[in-house]
Amino acid sequence: MKALVLAEHGGGALKDSTLSTITAATQLGGDVTVLVAGSGAEAQQAADAAAQVAGVARVLLADDAAYGQMLAENVAALIVPLMDSHDALLCPATSNGKNIAPRVAALLDVMQVSDVLSIEGERTFTRPIYAGNAIATVESAEAKLVLTVRGTSFAKAEAAGGSAPVEPVGGSGDAGLSRFVGCEDSASDRPELTSAGVVVSGGRALKDAETFEAIITPLADKLHAAIGASRAAVDAGYIGNDHQVGQTGKIVAPEVYIAVGISGAIQHLAGMKDSKIIIAINKDPDAPIFQVADVGLVADIFEAVPELTSKL
Amino acid sequence: MKILVPVKRVIDYNVRPRVKADGSGVDLANVKMSMNPFDEIAVEQAVRLKEAGQAEEIVVVSVGPAKAADTLRSAMAMGADRAVLVQTEETVEPLAVAKILKAVFEAEQPGLVILGKQAIDDDCNQTGQMLAALTGRPQGTFASKVEIAGDSVNVTREVDGGLETIALTMPAIVTADLRLNEPRYASLPNIMKAKKKPIDTKTPEDFGVDVTPRLKVLKVSEPAGRAAGVLVGSVDELVAKIKDMGVVA
Ligand SMILES: Cc1cc2nc3c(=O)[nH]c(=O)nc-3n(C[C@H](O)[C@H](O)[C@H](O)COP(=O)(O)OP(=O)(O)OC[C@H]3O[C@@H](n4cnc5c(N)ncnc54)[C@H](O)[C@@H]3O)c2cc1C
Ligand SMILES: Nc1ncnc2c1ncn2[C@@H]1O[C@H](COP(=O)(O)O)[C@@H](O)[C@H]1O
Repeated sequence: MKALVLAEHGGGALKDSTLSTITAATQLGGDVTVLVAGSGAEAQQAADAAAQVAGVARVLLADDAAYGQMLAENVAALIVPLMDSHDALLCPATSNGKNIAPRVAALLDVMQVSDVLSIEGERTFTRPIYAGNAIATVESAEAKLVLTVRGTSFAKAEAAGGSAPVEPVGGSGDAGLSRFVGCEDSASDRPELTSAGVVVSGGRALKDAETFEAIITPLADKLHAAIGASRAAVDAGYIGNDHQVGQTGKIVAPEVYIAVGISGAIQHLAGMKDSKIIIAINKDPDAPIFQVADVGLVADIFEAVPELTSKL
Repeated sequence: MKILVPVKRVIDYNVRPRVKADGSGVDLANVKMSMNPFDEIAVEQAVRLKEAGQAEEIVVVSVGPAKAADTLRSAMAMGADRAVLVQTEETVEPLAVAKILKAVFEAEQPGLVILGKQAIDDDCNQTGQMLAALTGRPQGTFASKVEIAGDSVNVTREVDGGLETIALTMPAIVTADLRLNEPRYASLPNIMKAKKKPIDTKTPEDFGVDVTPRLKVLKVSEPAGRAAGVLVGSVDELVAKIKDMGVVA
């Protein structure tokens, strides 16, 4: 089985989700090639980083302005011919991987397996359905496997120890169907939400953006934590959309997840219930979040959280 | 311009799904079913574009059992003009749905197709991207803003790092994220009016699409449960627990 991993990278470095996806690819039991699509020096640096990852046999670098923003039309067209010499495509189940992988799958006329949680055999996988309320074991007999991989379910491959060759590949460049206009990156010094060891998340109870900041941020600072949020908090504008945890937001599985003023709707639980330890603070003793919490405190967050922050 | 909106009938998002004891799937007998929430958002967006004079007609399409007609009626009560029901009792995977939608796309020639980003039953998040691939059209997935400008559409996308805006040449395929809009409730008169709007019933065979599943579901099981936790009585006790975990910087 020859596997091709689509790298997720930024600023010349590989994202953790790429390392988890490489682990999944090695579990398929064959050669692992990493494809770095991008443009300029940063793509070259990411390819060099991929070459160092333990278990990687080969790195393909597609350096073209058309791949700089990972537009699905251009990147899918780049990947399809590469699948002539690979049996499986694995993409991280990130917004980028979820955007590109199905486009490739359809062009190859195969059904994709989304959000793979475990590899049970060369062609057998588990994946969540119904917001993670059920786990399906599926077998694919497709000519080519196309998988997206849930990062929190696979250990990160060692970033050092490998010495794979980096080979340039050319694609068809710009398909001329779409154009990047701009982005609002929410840069922050905090750990990345999906790979942080500790996550502090706030819900609707936080009232407004100022209160969210005043209550959640000091606690997160104390714990070197990433900040998450429920959809209700994001919808109400307390914090940016990229902080949403849940079925349709980000999937996190930190060592410790602290839910502050979050009720624990199934859609929220879908994004955090694989955390090692869950701590919940909520004034309603019947809130469903307490059913998954290892440690619960029934209290008013406006009193309990500042006290907690000061005593830690 | 015409807008095509594919809508799926799924378990209502408020219902907690239960896995069948024999591991064959999720128990849907006597469970409340509704339009996939993302598809409601897609319909709402189409209706708003029509209200703004940027679209003339909204066609909704569903692939599913006879009951999916209810879902199409709900979409028409929100403001869609007519519907296509591609009737089948089989479970149809995203690739086959996309093939059927491609045939509908070719017949209807819409300027825009707006789908939901994900169906909350299979959680696949594939169909829109697959339709875009099969039709050779550009895709704007996970949209939180859709603005038509001449023969192109600007789509703001919810991505891991924040928001990204791309411009797509129409016809284009867009998938709706949660914050695109807040869907309206259909008014009683509109629900009555929707009963008279036409539903054209077809089958996958009419479009020459084989819906035989490509993936075999070997079993469906409950996720691992979590051991019961403890309630602490005070912030001091919580502080002690957190210190025990060794996560304080
Ligand atoms: C298709 C779909 C997808 C969705 N995807 C997601 C998703 O990815 N992520 C997500 O989070 N949600 C998602 N949702 C929304 C989800 O159903 C819930 O509405 C949402 O999670 C609720 O957020 P919340 O817990 O912050 O708010 P609420 O449910 O309103 O809970 C607020 C909680 O705060 C407590 N509280 C209030 N005041 C205080 C106080 N002073 N002190 C202590 N506690 C207090 C209350 O007791 C309550 O439990 C989705 C919904 C749909 C339909
Ligand atoms: N059976 C179906 N009938 C109509 N539309 C569908 C169907 N399945 C999926 N879709 C559309 O595709 C979107 C994504 O579905 P999925 O790829 O299954 O997560 C949904 O939100 C719908 O808009």
